[in-house]
Amino acid sequence: MAQAAIELIGINKSFGAVRANRDINLEVARGTIHGIVGENGAGKSTLMSILYGFYQADSGEIHVGGKPVSINTSNDAIALGIGMVHQHFMLVDNFTVLENVILGAENDALLKSSIAKARSELERLEREYGLEVDPDAIIEELPVGLQQRVEILKALYRGAEILILDEPTGVLTPAEADHLFRILKQLKEQGKTVVLITHKLREIMAITDTVSVMRQGTMVATRATKETTVGELAELMVGRRVLLRVEKGQSEAGAIKLSVKNLTVKDSRGVTMVDDVSFDVRGGEIVGIAGVAGNGQSELLEAISGIRHAVSGEVMLEGRPVDLTGKADPGELRDRGLAHVPEDRHHVGLVLAFEENENSILGYHDDERYLKGPFLNVDAIMADAKDKIEKYDIRPGNPRLRTANFSGGNQQKIVLAREMEQDPGVLIVGQPTRGVDVGAIEFIHKRLIAMRDQGKAVLVVSVELDEIRSLSDRILVMFAGRIVGEHGPEATEGELGLLMAGVEHQEAAE
Amino acid sequence: MSTPYAKLPAWADYGLIPLINLSVAFIVAGFVVMLVGENPFRAAVILVQGAFGRGTGIAFTLYYATTFIFSGLSVAVAVHCGLFNIGGEGQGYIAGLGIGVVCLAFDSILPWWLTFPLAIIAAAGMGALWALIPAYLQAKRGSHIVITTIMFNFIAASVMVYALVDILKPAGSMAPQTRNFLPGAELPKLNWIIELFGAKIRSAPLNICFLLALIMAFLVWLLIWRTKLGYEMRTYGHSPKAARYAGISETRIILIAMVISGALAGMMALNPVMGDQHNVALDFVSGAGFVGIAVALMGRSHPVGIVLAAMLFGMLYQGGAELAFEMPAISRDMIVIIQGLVILFAGALEHMFRPYIQALFASLSPTSVGIGAVKGKGA
Amino acid sequence: MDSFVAIVQVLDSTIRLSVPLLLACLAGLYSERAGIFDIGLEGKMLVGAFAGAAAASVFHSAFIGLGMAILISVAFAMVHGFASITHRGNQIVSGVAINFVAAGSTIILGQAWFQQGGRTPALQPGERFEAIVWPGADAVRGVPILGPIYSELISGHSILVYFAFAMVPFTWWVLFRTRFGLRMRAVGENPAAVDTAGISVAWLRYRALICTGVLTGVAGAYLSMVQNGGFVKDMTAGKGYIALAALIFAKWKPVNAMFACLLFGFLDALSIRLQGTPLPIVGKVPVQFMQALPYVLTVILLAGFIGKAIPPRAGGVPYVKER
Repeated sequence: MAQAAIELIGINKSFGAVRANRDINLEVARGTIHGIVGENGAGKSTLMSILYGFYQADSGEIHVGGKPVSINTSNDAIALGIGMVHQHFMLVDNFTVLENVILGAENDALLKSSIAKARSELERLEREYGLEVDPDAIIEELPVGLQQRVEILKALYRGAEILILDEPTGVLTPAEADHLFRILKQLKEQGKTVVLITHKLREIMAITDTVSVMRQGTMVATRATKETTVGELAELMVGRRVLLRVEKGQSEAGAIKLSVKNLTVKDSRGVTMVDDVSFDVRGGEIVGIAGVAGNGQSELLEAISGIRHAVSGEVMLEGRPVDLTGKADPGELRDRGLAHVPEDRHHVGLVLAFEENENSILGYHDDERYLKGPFLNVDAIMADAKDKIEKYDIRPGNPRLRTANFSGGNQQKIVLAREMEQDPGVLIVGQPTRGVDVGAIEFIHKRLIAMRDQGKAVLVVSVELDEIRSLSDRILVMFAGRIVGEHGPEATEGELGLLMAGVEHQEAAE
Repeated sequence: MSTPYAKLPAWADYGLIPLINLSVAFIVAGFVVMLVGENPFRAAVILVQGAFGRGTGIAFTLYYATTFIFSGLSVAVAVHCGLFNIGGEGQGYIAGLGIGVVCLAFDSILPWWLTFPLAIIAAAGMGALWALIPAYLQAKRGSHIVITTIMFNFIAASVMVYALVDILKPAGSMAPQTRNFLPGAELPKLNWIIELFGAKIRSAPLNICFLLALIMAFLVWLLIWRTKLGYEMRTYGHSPKAARYAGISETRIILIAMVISGALAGMMALNPVMGDQHNVALDFVSGAGFVGIAVALMGRSHPVGIVLAAMLFGMLYQGGAELAFEMPAISRDMIVIIQGLVILFAGALEHMFRPYIQALFASLSPTSVGIGAVKGKGA
Repeated sequence: MDSFVAIVQVLDSTIRLSVPLLLACLAGLYSERAGIFDIGLEGKMLVGAFAGAAAASVFHSAFIGLGMAILISVAFAMVHGFASITHRGNQIVSGVAINFVAAGSTIILGQAWFQQGGRTPALQPGERFEAIVWPGADAVRGVPILGPIYSELISGHSILVYFAFAMVPFTWWVLFRTRFGLRMRAVGENPAAVDTAGISVAWLRYRALICTGVLTGVAGAYLSMVQNGGFVKDMTAGKGYIALAALIFAKWKPVNAMFACLLFGFLDALSIRLQGTPLPIVGKVPVQFMQALPYVLTVILLAGFIGKAIPPRAGGVPYVKER
């Protein structure tokens, strides 16, 4: 086997009190595709950012091509032949492909020679790797898959021998992802080294040679891909025997409380994100929507909660129609018994600068319980906040504390307490336990099931498949803006995974 | 505007850091005084004595402070809603037109206590109107409110010149201003309050607007922290997305916040026009609208802080006049420098000393400072 | 013939009145293209005007004056950079602060140093930039049409006027044909892309602000050393803001900037020329209307009623590395 392309020894990195990387060792062999897997927040991106010079490690050594190096800026990394394709593309949207490619890698003070050189280089790269793209196209007019290709071209143009890709398929269609994998294999054949960061195990199994698993800032294992299984990797990633299943009885589904018919939603760019989606949620059941992030789940939640206007569709809430195409606003839906725990609690569900008690009425500040005429009823708000703190075990139990100073789990409890205590008929929850510690996860799951048992209709959207399987009475799978299948809670990860990956969903439907 | 949420004790956040910023502004101002060859400490003594040494000085200080309370509140209300209203100057100026029309129409037939409420309505209404257009353009057409309000300052100036020179100027007069008001549009002085404390006042323009300013400060406090509307404004100011989620209409809240802000800016015109000059003259606002930016920044957009900051600027204006008399090298424009430095250090550079203070607190008690310290600093 | 001469005269003063706007507008273009809002153009122009006239009259040299104008103006630009780049402060607040410090300090220092009520001493020949008469300008003056155009419009301006107009193609060339321009445009759109390409965002933005400072310095020098022969307090009189309006009007493009500034300069020249004279058809137009027109036009443009002005995407937002 060839010598190591990269060797990381004893890397540590802390952000304040958070230890993002502890004592990481990693060896990546030359000319291989090396996968790094781990849950969100396991420290994968931090590690790669250190390798790329975006952050500096607090301690540890980096060896590239067998020699110890110090990488203080991205420039150092580029000079060592390391290129990175970021999760959020680092492209200038109103520049041409050429301009983006030469940015930072210009020959001299004038652009003329750089442009000529880049043009011929791009032609060569196109021939060698099949990386086809119009050099004069404006980035924002290109589809996402091509934009990513420009990122790869940027790295290769700078002479990258080692290419790091951070969650490259998160934004790609399956066809685009396939194409990407073909390109990566070709790069490998040409002797390049590829580091692939992902949390999708199927990708790892499909194209990597070696895989390393990270968990909570540490490197827990490295395996040859051929010698491992999805099951083993999943267990290593999570570290516990995949989410404890919450005890729950049989659901007693009642009347339809939320009915969605032919709902279509576009994003701000005009791209159809939710495409003709129909489903019902009955009282007394939890319906889970599974899917890879970015397949329209966020837009679906935003539309149903009134935050984003839908293009078309008929929605019935508690048996009465609501117009989501422009008329209904979140306040009105709330009045009609729809509570919403949004995916992004930091910017949407909470105002971090507010005191806890102020957040405990967000969205319900119109409620006459909290008001005296036009004035806030401060005593009532405080009493109410204290009550919720007790019921939901929110810590620290100080309603005057600034919300930013609560932990992720407690912030989520603030939101849940607010939404659940309004006694809504329908509760929709986006990513119920994202960034939440284990203890709080169990608490939140139990609460959601308690809601169900009280006869509420609960709709849960999560990218954590285990969570969906553990909570739901029915599972819908969303892919490319459509509901591509429905399963009971007994569905296997494999069945759902196929649907989520968008493969052969025609067959699955049969 | 993203603010790093550092875990500093409240007194450090709201007391220590502003105090340090303010001190630095004054130290730099002291260097400017040295640069013109005067002794900054002597200048400070003259300034304070001029402002508070005699009853007349105090009355003048409070008179200036009155205007600044209004303009500071105006800026603060908009800031709480995440908007930067830099157009207070123009809103105050155009409000003079409303006041002028009311006073000219009624000063011969109504007593002051009937003219005054009408003038308040006219001032607030004109100011609000002048803020409403930029607000509407921001909310509906996405034009940047800072740029639009700046443009409206200049448009207001042109409108006022036209109105004063071509319409309101009495025939035969040369000065571009209205005729002097009759007693029916002259506000009663408040100098007797200071005289109660035994001070003597020769003549000073401190008038009933001062009380109105204090009332407005209280009402703004009530609005921001104790009403549903204030809650909605603060929600939008901190996070427009959270406001959308909470069912708060973006257009409505921007319009309301700017209308209130504009109305407050308009009311600042009452003080000089009806309380002192008894006419509407060219450039009578003379920068008071901009002082409001410094006042609001220094007072951290809290009415109590604003009243205190307005007093400080009142002191600078009054003391500055005395200073110009004692030290000919220093004119009242010194205040403009101080104002700029306060805006620079208490506004644009407000976080300059924060990392050091945080490090200090961290070394004193390692547990009190967490992740916030890191978020505050960058690469 | 009389009316033709009048037109030439109006156009001539259009050029003179446009020059400070054009220089300030191009100055703003550098900083805003790099993602830094700058409403402190006014203040930087003012300190430039003061420093220029003061230094010229003390050292009896127009060029020392110009150098000092640039130096001080750049220094103020660096303060803006320190606040908004290094300390990630609010760029608008910082700009406002600079305008106040400039307005106050020019008067205070002027009074302390020259004791003429905030003015600088009237500049003598050699201390100011004189008009350059082009060869043959006097000879062709009598030639109909082309004569006045050559001798009045093209010839007879100071070097700073020619400099200002030369800056238009130069700025275009810098922006679209050089590495610095490419990076500057990139940093105004997506600083993260620049950062990951291994280029320092801060240093790039500081360099853009230096360009801004140089140009506002020249603009100020033009006001006090060409147009006016000495510094008078508040002599910028809002020109920095009109330049800002012109920049928006020009959609942040150099050649458009020239036309926008010429338009605003023309409105100004016309309002001076027409003072009180009735126009055909519309009758007497109040001077104030003409003066307010640039601002009104900018508001209308900003509101998207005539085209859409899209500012550089990263404008006004301090760059923080994402975690």
